[in-house]
Amino acid sequence: MGRWLRERLAHVTGSQLAGLLVPVVAVLAAFLIGAMMLLALGANPLEGYQALFEGAFGDIDALADTALKSMPLLLVGVGICIAFRASVINIGGEGQMIAGAIVSTLVALGCGDLPRLILVPLVLIGGLVGGAIWGAIPGALKAYSGVNEILSTIMLNIVAVQLMNFLLRDLIMDPYEKDHGRLPQTQRLSENSDLPLLPGGTRLHIGILVAVGMAGLAYVLLWRTSLGYRIRAVGHSGAASRYAGMPVKRTIVAALTFSGAMCGLAGAILVFGSESHRFVTDGSSVGFTGSAGFNGIVTALFGGLHPLWTIPSSFFFGGLQFGANAMQRAVQVPAALIVGLNGLVVVFVVSSDRMRRAVSESWGQGREIASERSQQRDSDQTQVETREEAGS
Amino acid sequence: MSDFFTMASLVFVVGSGIRLATPFLLAGLGETIGQRSGVLNLGVDGVMLLGAFGAYWTILETRSPVAGILVGIAVGLAMGLVYGVITVTMRAEQGISGIGIFLFGLGISDLLFQKKVGTPIPIRGFGDLHVPVLADIPKVGEMFFQHSVLVYVAFLLVPAVAFLLNRTTFGLNVRAVGENPAAADSLGVSVARVRYTTILLANGLAGLAGAVLAAELGIFQQNLTNGQGFIAIALVYFGAWRPVGVMGGALLFGMVSATVLQWKTLGLVSGAASSLTAMAPAVLTILALVVISRTVGQPSALTRPFDRGH
Repeated sequence: MGRWLRERLAHVTGSQLAGLLVPVVAVLAAFLIGAMMLLALGANPLEGYQALFEGAFGDIDALADTALKSMPLLLVGVGICIAFRASVINIGGEGQMIAGAIVSTLVALGCGDLPRLILVPLVLIGGLVGGAIWGAIPGALKAYSGVNEILSTIMLNIVAVQLMNFLLRDLIMDPYEKDHGRLPQTQRLSENSDLPLLPGGTRLHIGILVAVGMAGLAYVLLWRTSLGYRIRAVGHSGAASRYAGMPVKRTIVAALTFSGAMCGLAGAILVFGSESHRFVTDGSSVGFTGSAGFNGIVTALFGGLHPLWTIPSSFFFGGLQFGANAMQRAVQVPAALIVGLNGLVVVFVVSSDRMRRAVSESWGQGREIASERSQQRDSDQTQVETREEAGS
Repeated sequence: MSDFFTMASLVFVVGSGIRLATPFLLAGLGETIGQRSGVLNLGVDGVMLLGAFGAYWTILETRSPVAGILVGIAVGLAMGLVYGVITVTMRAEQGISGIGIFLFGLGISDLLFQKKVGTPIPIRGFGDLHVPVLADIPKVGEMFFQHSVLVYVAFLLVPAVAFLLNRTTFGLNVRAVGENPAAADSLGVSVARVRYTTILLANGLAGLAGAVLAAELGIFQQNLTNGQGFIAIALVYFGAWRPVGVMGGALLFGMVSATVLQWKTLGLVSGAASSLTAMAPAVLTILALVVISRTVGQPSALTRPFDRGH
């Protein structure tokens, strides 16, 4: 009975759809657990979720704010896609964002007089460069010294946070704050470095176009260039790639460098697209990045480690983050719930990755069985004969 | 700088260093047990946060530090069960699922704190336990023998874990499963059971580490651990998967932090420059990783899920 059903379903949907269903089911499961938590905390889950989605996607302003929230998630997510495709686990998104923000801020402070047409691209390139450096270090350490990239990226996150705290309290601190308030932040950065707003009267700026463009470029990189081919080959099997004569070490460094560059760009956009047009710290990385360095892993996984699918995925999670504030106002449950649910989504998607494979394999078999049913008896016969021959 | 090289500074740095090292040590010992069986748990920080909140809330409600510590351990064990299902039964990628556990702990501990407590109300943890006779030795007593009972427990766990891993049948199984799970399996060792046990031990200790942090600080707040769990993972590599090595790393981290605190108190460094010194442990760890990766091999099956095949 079960087998019959599987065969029918495989005929209708195919294994492709089974793969797409997994992330959706993961989110639904996380939301179900979230609903139970809301109930336990004495809030009405339906009311809470309604406020969440209306707050995130309800009108044009909400959509613009959601897009703003999803920008760093998308860029980090694209970076994570590149690294994970090479089987390099980049946990250093937070540090790479900070590094990008630092370099781009230095550019804006150093060449604030340049015209906007030059300065805006320049600060964005600064972000790319800063993140690339912060990604290349663990890449080189992994490739040439065998240092586990998970650990080196975590350590470099700590170094970047402290570097940011030092710079914002000392070398590039706002001179006014130095004398008065002692808030760790830069002065208002040059107006020529402000990211231009998009028409439409919202707070949305060109950062969103840059982020979507980068997702497209990353797709081209991964599937239309030989470097991208090498990245994916190394990700599948380092040994086989080495045997095929590919420069495995250089490929690993390249993957982490590109990955870091995307995160660095996210950091730069956070600074120059911010309301205050300053680089501000509260002493922790989360205070600056809003955990985007980690949450980008969620959006990338949810997008199936595909840069283009990461676009809607980031928009969805950006919406959850932004809508969480509306939920907090409506049912008095802190927005931190969404951070926890994001964690559950990661856990479910990664756990079900295996299930996805298992499902598509068994469904694939189901289809094979269905099409080859007519020949089954014959092949069974042959198998028995072969076995007997082998035995004798 | 001459202000720093005094007996008082030494007593402060050693005494506080030991105190600050305790959460790193507990979480690091747990992670060591897990990694020796081939399981990397990147979620330590999240488990610590949940354990810390559990302990904090219990102590706030019951005024019993012992109950708080027990709740912290229980929370850790519960998270361990979850992590076991994810990584052993479902054979999920360990590095990424650990990040999921971290985000879960970060969000949920903050959520519960805001909802159930709101404002940070201080709690009373364990008082200092003066070891009879030894605590009365001038200076030495102050440095080593006037700590909370939890500090002694943590340091006594170092030989205990070393004994467990190196001198017991269970420890032999753990190491076998971590080096060559297929061989261990063929000799009748249940890889799944060994890994579930080590994951429970590791997460129980992580929960305890969080509970100790909350009880010692007497406070809870959003992201209380501030990445200490991640540092504890790095210390396992730093200590080359040996409990004594992990203790060395934890003490180094604790003493460096205490030194920076003392410099700040004495006005030797500005607030800004203390950020630079706070980088030192992370940079040291990276350098240690470079050296260690050349000399010591990690457990061969680390991060590899085991599939018996059919």
